Order: sequence, then C-alpha cells, then structure tokens
Amino acid sequence: MPVTVSMTVNGKAVSGEVEPRTLLVQFIRENLKLTGTHVGCDTSQCGACVVHIDGTSVKSCTVLAMQAEGSEVNTIESLATNDELHPMQAAFRENHGLQCGFCTPGMVMSAVDLVKENPDPSEQEIREWLEGNICRCTGYHNIVKSIKAGAEAMRS
Amino acid sequence: MTSEGIGASVRRKEDYRFLTGNGHYLDDINRQGQAHASFVRSPHAAAKINGIDISNATNAPGVIAVFTGKDLADDGIGPLICGWAITSKNGDAHNAPAHPALAVDTVRYVGDAVAIVIAETLEQAKDGAEQVAVDYEELPAVASPVGAMSASSPLVHDDAPGNLCYDWEIGDKAETDAAFEKAAHVTHMDIVNNRLIPNAVEPRAAIGEYDVGGDNLTLYTTSQNPHVARLVLSAFNGVAPEHKLRVIAPDVGGGFGSKIFIYAEETVCLWAARKVRQPVKWTAARSESFQTDAHGRDHVSKAELALDADGKFLGLRVNTVANMGAYLSTFATCVPSYLYATLLAGQYTTPAIYCDVQAVFTNTTPVDAYRGAGRPEATFVIERLVEQAAKETGRDPAELRRINMVPVDAFPYQTPVIQQYDCGNYGAALDVALDKADYAGFAQRRSDAEARGKRRGIGFSSYIEACGIAPSAAVGALGGGVGLWESGQIRFNPTGNVTIFTGSHSHGQGHETTFAQIVATRLGVAVENVEVVHGDTDKVMFGMGTYGSRSAAVGGSALCKAADKIVEKGMKIAAHILEASEDDIEFTDGNFTVAGTDKTMSIGEVAFAAYVPHNYPEGVEPGLNETAFYDPLNFSFPAGTHICEVEIDPDTGSVEIVNYTAIDDFGTVINPMIVEGQVHGGVAQGVGQALLEGCVYDDAGQLLTGSFMDYAMPRASTVPSIDVGMTETPSPLNPLGVKGCGEAGAIAAPAATINAVVDALWDLGVRDVPMPATASAVWQTIQSAAQAAE
Amino acid sequence: MYEFDYQRPASLADAVSALQSAEDGQLLAGGHTLLPTLKQRLARPSDLIDISSIGELRGIAVDGDTITVGATTTHAEVEGSEAVRSAIPALADLAGMIGDPQVRHRGTIGGSIANNDPAADYPGAVLGLGATVVTNKREITADDFFLGLFETALAEDEIITAVRFSKPEKACYMKFAQPASRFSLVGAFVAKTSGGVRVAVTGAGQEGVFRVTEMEAALDANFSADAIANIAVPDDNLNSDIHGSAEYRAHLIGVMAKRAIAGCG
Repeated sequence: MPVTVSMTVNGKAVSGEVEPRTLLVQFIRENLKLTGTHVGCDTSQCGACVVHIDGTSVKSCTVLAMQAEGSEVNTIESLATNDELHPMQAAFRENHGLQCGFCTPGMVMSAVDLVKENPDPSEQEIREWLEGNICRCTGYHNIVKSIKAGAEAMRS
Repeated sequence: MTSEGIGASVRRKEDYRFLTGNGHYLDDINRQGQAHASFVRSPHAAAKINGIDISNATNAPGVIAVFTGKDLADDGIGPLICGWAITSKNGDAHNAPAHPALAVDTVRYVGDAVAIVIAETLEQAKDGAEQVAVDYEELPAVASPVGAMSASSPLVHDDAPGNLCYDWEIGDKAETDAAFEKAAHVTHMDIVNNRLIPNAVEPRAAIGEYDVGGDNLTLYTTSQNPHVARLVLSAFNGVAPEHKLRVIAPDVGGGFGSKIFIYAEETVCLWAARKVRQPVKWTAARSESFQTDAHGRDHVSKAELALDADGKFLGLRVNTVANMGAYLSTFATCVPSYLYATLLAGQYTTPAIYCDVQAVFTNTTPVDAYRGAGRPEATFVIERLVEQAAKETGRDPAELRRINMVPVDAFPYQTPVIQQYDCGNYGAALDVALDKADYAGFAQRRSDAEARGKRRGIGFSSYIEACGIAPSAAVGALGGGVGLWESGQIRFNPTGNVTIFTGSHSHGQGHETTFAQIVATRLGVAVENVEVVHGDTDKVMFGMGTYGSRSAAVGGSALCKAADKIVEKGMKIAAHILEASEDDIEFTDGNFTVAGTDKTMSIGEVAFAAYVPHNYPEGVEPGLNETAFYDPLNFSFPAGTHICEVEIDPDTGSVEIVNYTAIDDFGTVINPMIVEGQVHGGVAQGVGQALLEGCVYDDAGQLLTGSFMDYAMPRASTVPSIDVGMTETPSPLNPLGVKGCGEAGAIAAPAATINAVVDALWDLGVRDVPMPATASAVWQTIQSAAQAAE
Repeated sequence: MYEFDYQRPASLADAVSALQSAEDGQLLAGGHTLLPTLKQRLARPSDLIDISSIGELRGIAVDGDTITVGATTTHAEVEGSEAVRSAIPALADLAGMIGDPQVRHRGTIGGSIANNDPAADYPGAVLGLGATVVTNKREITADDFFLGLFETALAEDEIITAVRFSKPEKACYMKFAQPASRFSLVGAFVAKTSGGVRVAVTGAGQEGVFRVTEMEAALDANFSADAIANIAVPDDNLNSDIHGSAEYRAHLIGVMAKRAIAGCG
C-alpha cells in the first residue's frame, strides 16, 4: 500500500508516493532524480550513499524513506553554490582525492560531517572517520590529504 | 614543460561533475518505458537442472516476461566466448566447453544465471524471480584447483577430462634442468597466489534498448571496452549485426579488469530488450558482484631458483596450477600463460627459465584479468624466491637483487621467455628506494621496535611488468583473437577548439585530462579547449579499450599520430595563406610561422581557413579532422623497486605497515599527480591482497566471502600513507616515451609486503606466511613455527 | 525487501499495541541491523513499527552513580555524552568503536542488545557492567537477558525502554575487530564493580556474549594482568570460521582481557 512521504531535500520541500519498503536512497535517486548519491553495496558498508539527515551523515541505503519523514536531507547536490565548489569539494579536486568518482559523493558528505564535529582532524582521525567509506581507486592517500586541506579551508 | 602540457599536474577536467554529483554512471541512466531485470541464480556449485517452472513467476504482479537458456538458444544466441587460444604442450588447442549465458541443463558455480525475470519495477522483478521454481539435482563439486586435478575429482564439464583447460609450457626445460645441476644453492618454495574479488565500487550494470523503427539495438554497459563488447556481442553471440548495435559505456566507476569482459547479464538484457520491446535495465547488487564479476589470481605454484656460489641466478623453474573457474571468461586463458610466465625473468639476467602451467576448471566463478593480470603472480613468485634465497644464503636482499639485475648497457635485453625489454635502469630505482626508505637506518628501527614488544621487518619487491599491450602481430602469433592497436581522432572545430575521440576508455584514469594534455602539447591549444570523447561506439570510430596499462602508450600514441597529420595538413594551408613554401613553415606552440619572418598564423586560424576555405591550397581537402590507428612496436616495460616496512604485534599477529616506499620508472610522465594517484591505488590493492583480501570457497563450492562482511576491503585505517617517487627512462618505442602506470602498485606490493612480514618473523623460525597475512594467519604461523622448533 | 506496512506510533503504549496487533511485527529504531537483514530478504515481517520518535525512549539520564540510557539512544549520542564519559568512560569508548560514524549516527543501544548478535559490542558492556535492561514490563539483569545466539529474554510483545548502568570503580573495553565486517572478533570488557570484577567477552562465543568467571575470581583477588596470565579460556564453545580459529579466539580473549586490565589504569 503506497504511503506519502514528505521531507525537505536540499532546501526544497518534497513529497512522494512510495511503497513503505522504499529506501531513502531510492527516494532520492528515483523519485527526486538526484543521482549524485550512489549505491555500492547491500550491507551498509561502502558509504557511497552517505547523505546528511538533519545535519548528520547517515547511510541512505539503510534508512527507509519513511524514517526521514519531516527531516532536512542534504545530498551532494546541495554543496556547491552558484556553480562554485564547496571548500571540501575544491580540496578533493586540488589534491586528486578522486579517480572514478563513484565513491566520491559519499566520501565528501562524510568528510564535511567530520569537519563539523572536528574542525582540525589529524591524519589518524581522518582515517578512522572514513571507516564507513570504501574507495577502490585512490588507496585513500589523496583522500586523506584532501580532507586535511578541506578542513583547513572550511576553518578559514 | 608548459603549465598544462605533458609533465604538468593539471587538475582534472572530469572532477567538477563527479564532485557535484553530476556524473552519469550507468545506474543514473533511465530510459523511457524501461523495465527492470532480476536474475535467477544457482544456489549450488554444481547441479543438474531437471526442470524450470516459470508459470508462477510469469503470473506474478508486474512481471512482463521470464526467459531461460532455452529461449536464448532458440533465438540462436551463441555462448559467451574466450578470445585467446592457447596451445598445450602436446599440440592440442585449449579445452573450451560451452558457456551459455543462461545455464540450460547444468549449473556450475554459485551465482550461475538460470533465468531472467523482467518486470515493471525492480522489486517486482525480484519478487518474480523468487517464484521461478528450478528443480536442481545437486552434483558433487570441486572448488580447489589442485583438487580439481586429482583423478577422483568430479568433472566440472563432461567434455573437459581431468578438468584440464590446457597444459602449457614456456622456456627451455633441458637447459633449465642443466642449470639446476650446476647450482651451488637452490631455493624451493610452494607459493599460493590468493584468489581476489575485484569490487570496483560501482557494481556492473546494463540497459538493453531496442529501436523498433530502425531495428537498432543499444547497450548501455559498465565496460572498459565498448567496441570489443560490440564486436563480441555481434560476431559471436549474434545478438545484432555490428552496424545495428551501439554500445555506450558512460562514466564507469572503476574496473580493474572486471569490466573488460562480456558477461551473461549484458548479453541477456540486450537480447531481451528486443523480445519485450522495452528497455531492460539490470544493476548488480553487491552480492551479485561477489558471485559473478570475474575473480582474479588463484595460482598454486612450485618454484625453484638456482644460484651459483656468487649468488648469480642460474635458472628458474616453476610449475603453476591456475584456476579458471567454471567457464572461460573473455580473456581468461592468456592471463596465467602469456601475461604471467613471459614475465618470469623479472629484472634479472637469469639465463634459463622454464615454466609449465596447468589451467583447470573448478565449480567457482570464472577467473580472468584483475589489475596486473598475471604479472602480479609472476612478480610474487620471483620476488619471494629472491628474498628467500638471500636469507638462505646470508646475503643482503638488496645486493642480491643488484648483482642479478639486467645492466643499463644491456638493453634491448632479450629474456629466455619471449619478452625483449626496451630500456630501463633498475639499479637506479633500487638506489633511490633504499635511500628514501632509509634502509641504512632499519637496524636501529628494528631494535627500537623490539623494545616496544613489536617485531619489525623490511621487504623488497623489484618488479617488472609488460604494459602497453600489444603489437597485433605478436598477439596473433601467441593466440590472441584481436589486434591490440588503438585509434585516435582529432577534430578541430571551425572556431579553433578541439574534440578528440579515443578508443581508450577512462573509468578513473583521468583521460579527459591527460589526453587533452597530450593534444595540447602537440598542437599548442589550451587544455580547456580540448574535449575528450570516449565510450560510445557511435561516436568513436573504433577502439580496443583500456586494460593492461595501455591507454597512454597505445591510445596516447594514436593521438600523437593524428596530431602529426593535423600539423602536416596545417603546413600546407598555412604555406598557402602565408604565401610561402611549405618547407619554410615551422610549427611551434600552436603557430605556423614562415621561418625567419614574423609572418605567422595560429592553428586556430588554420582551422578556420580549413572550414571556410575561401583562400585555400589546391588539391587539399577542406576540414581539419585527422584519424590515426597506432599499433605498438612492442610491449613497454615499467619497472621499479618497492620497499615495505612492517611492525607485527606477536601477541595478536596484527601487521601494521609503518613505511611504504614506491620508486617506479614509467618512462615519460604526462601528469605526475594522476600517475602518483595510480600508484597509491595500485599499492592499496596489492597491500589488500597481501594482508586483507582472500576469496574463500568451502569444499562444496559455496562462496564464504560473499559480501563486505566477510571479504576484507582495504580501508583508510588499514592501508598506509605511501611515499612515491620516480625514475625516468623514456621508452624509445612510442612517440610519447610512456610505459604505463596503472598496475605497478598492485604488481609490486604483495611481494614487498609479504617479504617484510617474513623478515619480521624469520628469527622465530617462520619461513613463509600465506596471503592474506591476516592477524589470525600470522599468529597461527608463529605458533606453528614455535611448535616445529620444540 | 519484501513488502510490509510501516507504522510510527507516538507513544510507548501505542507501540506495544501495534506490536500486539500486528501479524508479525518488528520494532524499528535505527534500523542498522534490521534493514540490512530485510534487504537480503532474510526476514519477512508484516509490519515495521518505528519507535524512533517516541521521546520517552531516548536520552541519557544521570542519577547519582546510575546512568540510564534510553533504548533508542544512538551510539554516537552515548559516545559523545559528557555524562557517560565522566561516569563510565569505557562505555563511551565502546560506543565509539561500533561500526562507523554513519552507523553510530543511527544505530541504537536497544536495537543492538535486542538483536544480540554474537559479534556486537554492546552486549559486552551490558554484561560486563552488570547492567539492567528495563522493558515496558519488567527489569532484567544482564546475566538473565542474553540467552544465546540472537536470543534474549524478551517476550514477543516486550519493548526495551532503557538500559541502566551503575558506575564501576573502573572499566575498560578492548576490541579486536574482524577484518572485513569490523564487528568484534574478540572483545573483552573488564569492570571492577562494587559487586566484584566482571569480565565479559563478546565476538568469540558460539552462544554470544559470556562471562569468564575464572578470570573474575583471579582478578577479585588481585586486579592485575599478571593475575590472569595463566588462565587459558577453553576453546570448545568458541566460534571458528575463516576469520579465526577457536584456538586463536581463545588466545585473543587472554590478550584482550589483559590489555583491558591495563587500560583500567
């Protein structure tokens, strides 16, 4: 039996008819056509689907759309303003923190949340924070470097 | 070097779209009226199919159609193919049992597809798939390659006696045996190269689409080589003639080899789209990726190295059993043969080498090329043996390598196993690595670690690889079914900007940037004015795709050839307009100038004149658009030395990499930032193989590592920061001097890492550690050594 | 996932009646165990009853030496709670070792212990600290709560409302993670409490979390790593799989317990 779900996504009030079994990531990708949020696994581990709900990073593949009812959801598409990259996005570009780009939206959304909690993270803290984000291309080396630089840019 | 030409770390043109969520990966594409597919897969490693009842599924809500292997066969859709012929020792062609895209009467591995259910929504397709009733009669299965060779093993295919695909050899056996007779010391090892699951973070996916009006089919697919896919789907599977089939590989989220192959799912979705007159979309769940993406490695070897009294290598003898899985994947046969044993000389002057390889079928997922493909296995054999030999004979491992390296003045160097190395300076890379890794200070670091209760070890890997694959004639002579050239096209637009078309495919490598740098350098246009098009058979004339670190060496060289033609034509146009002889025109930095004068015109102006040919040389065609095909003269041979330093907690067996130094010679480097990124990623995959990743089947052929819950992927906290450096001996054999950088890390790192682990534990009596050297495995190894000592 | 109905009751009482009236109802809080299970189609509940917005189930309360953690309090909230960190730092540390940051933002203490995954971390703390599980019906001591693999003392219509911890004299949790899932391969929670020393082990046991009474007795006499140096945990009831043999897990219990004792300071 379809149900109606409503929330605010990237600052815009949205609602849709969904089956209760619809995941938040499906709602974002299929109903809202925001395809920057990706799905890379089915065991809640890869983190390609990370979005923010009420300002906190979560895995949108492990949240029902209905669980986000009434929430403020932000996806990767919300970060750049007027075509200008967010400092964290810019840091990833500057430091070659991405290769194939598939894990990148989740990685960046996770990183932005880290800096919110910890404005000046050490390399170790960054590596530990990324426990839930898998990248197969970069070996994480430049991702860590990017986040360090992105945090610095976000502080200033 | 200009600020954005060859040699500059130009920031990537593709990043903006990826960083803002505007990439177009396959699952982001939705076609009008699209239906969704779910595959019914075998839960058994081996079973006879006594019947398939699709009636409930057909009637399930939303289900549009259900097809089985019989439907495919009835439509004349051919089996999946393997495109490389290997000849056994006895002259027989390799055994290639039929590989139907949907199993007909037998399933041979867990995940083998049996039927496709197409429905209005994905959940309905999955619901429908559960309603397909397959009557399986379980059969005994075999998962281990060595087990498959035993006389009592069940047969994976009735028409493959002994489960043998081929029994192949390379090198001179008699000469090698003779070398061992003269040896002062022989190092023997049993070496297992663990089976890996590729796990590109984007799962494989496909959309088949049929255009009734034009009778055209389009396949959107996660492919590293869309033209090869089209060729195979057309010529061998018979899904559509080549001119009626368009294959599009959009943004692809990593490949590492696993997206080279032509799989069952895209074949079936494409065929089914015509059947149901609707686009058919399938995206793998990660659990399907684990079961169906071609796996990598899985070698079991016996290896021996003969040394004389001075430590010079006299001979190398290797026997390898290679697991092919249940069926032959697209390039499976060449991986443990020509991509493996031809590299067994390594960086050394070993005069006699012999290797024989038995490739066998098992009830497991097909095995094919995975980052490095054969070359990591070769490097692991050599570099484990060399390190072990150094320890057994009391020599410094770096020095033992050095005295056996091919000297700088010996190039081109012919090895005893086909390859002729073009150039290199192996000792230089070793020296830089020793310096950067502070080898001299290791003893002190080791004793400091000991004081903290940790065991510290250092390990080397001086690897070589053959990249830039490959000269077509050589490929043909060795059994390859295709030519391995590449195409490039440079099209100046009338307004002076440039669109380039390449048959290489970028799925993380950054070709949109590096190929633009090549053309910018050659033609003097700004990188921002160069757009790179790839991944669409309707746009790019043809291509062989991206694998084997070939894109820059082969695809980049094709663009150089096309650029030369552009300049050649531009000379004629400029000479005419500038009223000079063609011989007097010079082309530098994008300008055609009459030598010794200030009469000049830019290449943009030449392009405009070519498209608006009002004042134009007679006999010259309008337009400025040149194409080129480039067939390489030889492989290229990147090489280098990696040094890994580990600390082991003997109480738990945990291994921590405390230093990792990679010194590589990739020839000319187009974009150092991107090349370093390739090394980082490759090393992480190699370290992953050494310490974390291992695909495990139980004896019944059930996949025990079927998700990220059981297959340990490298994470940010488990891979080290990597110190990267380069030496540079440009390849004399291609116009760019490049060698290829995509696989080096994955090739070098396993041996460096395991050598370090063994070094750390050598004094405890440990002589070998299996991969992956998990804490559990290391601890167990320490215990066994202690028990053996008692 | 199979189809189900979704309900979001506003109060505990409504949740209980929803659970009672559903054919096969399942409580949903953070969903970080349940949803992955449903995605694999390994369970087919008729109804998901989302209790995450019931205010009375969430939050951390301090009363003297007692800390009460509401059932739907997330791991991140426990990890970041100053109250928890000052009273029982080991509990905050443990919460910070669960999964990854995104899992910790959603996963809840109630969900973790109700599921009683043998490799979960929280059961180690609940049993190690001798906590009390509070439900809508009763209070259950940790020793009575965990009954075996994915089994607890909870009745079908019983809902955990909170977990109550008493501040120990000292405590420490040491985790050795399974390399792929990062769940606990062996986790040892050692606590010196007013009722004596407790040593709880998670990850290793075939029947889930368990106490090592022999170590507890030795530590009651002498709270030092040396006291348990010669105590070997038998490996006959321990898990053995591709990530570690029972023998290895038995060995790690000793190592992790000793490190936990050292960590108690």
